Amino acid sequence: MNEQRFVDELKTQFGGELVEFRGETRLIIQLKDLFPAVEAIRKMGFERLSGITTVDYFPAEDPRFHLVYLFTSLQRGATFEMRVPVPAINPSAPSVEKIYPNANWREREIYDMFGITFDGHSDLRRILMPHDWEGHPLRKDYPLGYEEPQFTFNFDEIDVRKPYAKE
Amino acid sequence: MTELLSASFDEIKHLVSNRALEGETMVLNMGPQHPSTHGVLRLLLELDGETIINIIPDVGFLHTGIEKNMEAKTYMKAEVMSDRLDYMNTTGNNLVYVLAVEKLVDLDVPPRAQAIRVIIAELQRIASHLVWLGTAALDVAAMSAFLYCFREREMILDILEMCSGQRMMTTYFRPGGLWRDVPVEFEAAVRHVLKVMPKRIDQYESLLTRNPLFIDRTVGIGKISAEDALAWGLTGGTLRASGPDHDFRKFAPYSGYEQYEFDVPLETAGDCYARYLVRVEEMRQSLRIVEQALDKLPMGPVSSSNHKFVPPPRSEIGTSMEALIHHFKLWTEGFSAPKESVYVAVESPRGELGVFLEGDGGPKPYRIHWRTPSWDNLQVLPVLSRGHLVADLVAIIGSIDIVLGDIDR
Repeated sequence: MNEQRFVDELKTQFGGELVEFRGETRLIIQLKDLFPAVEAIRKMGFERLSGITTVDYFPAEDPRFHLVYLFTSLQRGATFEMRVPVPAINPSAPSVEKIYPNANWREREIYDMFGITFDGHSDLRRILMPHDWEGHPLRKDYPLGYEEPQFTFNFDEIDVRKPYAKE
Repeated sequence: MTELLSASFDEIKHLVSNRALEGETMVLNMGPQHPSTHGVLRLLLELDGETIINIIPDVGFLHTGIEKNMEAKTYMKAEVMSDRLDYMNTTGNNLVYVLAVEKLVDLDVPPRAQAIRVIIAELQRIASHLVWLGTAALDVAAMSAFLYCFREREMILDILEMCSGQRMMTTYFRPGGLWRDVPVEFEAAVRHVLKVMPKRIDQYESLLTRNPLFIDRTVGIGKISAEDALAWGLTGGTLRASGPDHDFRKFAPYSGYEQYEFDVPLETAGDCYARYLVRVEEMRQSLRIVEQALDKLPMGPVSSSNHKFVPPPRSEIGTSMEALIHHFKLWTEGFSAPKESVYVAVESPRGELGVFLEGDGGPKPYRIHWRTPSWDNLQVLPVLSRGHLVADLVAIIGSIDIVLGDIDR
């Protein structure tokens, strides 16, 4: 695919690190460059935002998360992946909803599942989990949902954090 | 209880217009258990009389945490969960998952396995479109098409059962190839489908395409322009009914699709009727692909011989120490994948079905994300239905072909 030219152009404009794997290139850029970079990518002819997802590198602190943006261009016949590292404390990123409207639900999903907030988002609510849910299920420090086995030596320790039914 | 209700209302207050707060327009709940929402989908409608002003979709009723669950299983065991996402396209989900795993660990697939994958995936696409056609026609009160569509779908599900032992949750494709070769009756069964289906598709068309009631309910309803459709991330038949030529089988061919001749049906109107025409033509094109793949189906193994990733055949385990070790290692620990990530997308019956898969050097996926087509196709529902009547909303939901298992994951 003819991706090399615009990847080079993006790299000269925003800096960042190029990673290649199995013939596909991805660009890792700084959080502050996210919005202008997405704007530039849209201008380069990437009509579609295929998806946004997140990887949690817990217990790494800075960066803890990687936001992954996947773009598709029909006119170039290319797909492109861009990553943005996000720190663990008050994770937040600018919303790209104004450039790609379908980012709305995708960012809501990331907020719901990872607890990353998006500045400038029109409707940042939970989308899959109930609205009064506590915690963000896809974070690596969120348990899968098994009950922790209690033994005599750690009965009290686990009993403190055991989620008993209320009322 | 009152606290909970007022809290949830405050949360969505900014989504309805001021007229709704003053009681001028009505906010009406539709679903989650409603026969025409194609699953457990809840919609909050803001209505002026019978005209839709806004829709607030509420999803997540089928959320089962499949992404989280897959992170806790080995690459081979996690595949079983992929069937449960989009239950109308189970082999397609298997296909994209095994393609992602094969790309991550750099595993080759024999040509026979690739051709059988194409045949099964295209048959599954026809089966999925038949369910869509039947239910979408049922939504606009064309009862008889539903019965015919489900009759033909049984033929295809019988073929899946013949190959994998299961009608729906097949897990037939495995990393490196297939679970086993197709049985001897397979070819005759597929030939039978190829023989009868073109006539049956003509029958559906004679029921619907020029039916004045069907045309009244679908032409001009739920229109979207090509630019909007791309910006909202639509894919599949829902996008191609608006004009853009975007099909992952042509855009980034996988599993040998570049060898087959087929057309990507396009329409420009972008309404419910155009989406119907595109999907009906897609069934014909799928039959073309199946016929070509079956005609030149190569002989040979159906699974990679790299036993670091593919379990050895049962017959070898009794005689070969190495095979026994591989068998034991693969079914206890599993194989490891590098600390890298890949994104693979295929054309599911609904659009771009993608898997983002990241390994951490161990035997379990570190992160797996499903980019599901129904997610974006449902998100555009408010844009499609503003200004239409409530009765048209039912036709629009039917036409975008959503599967809630695909959305909620």
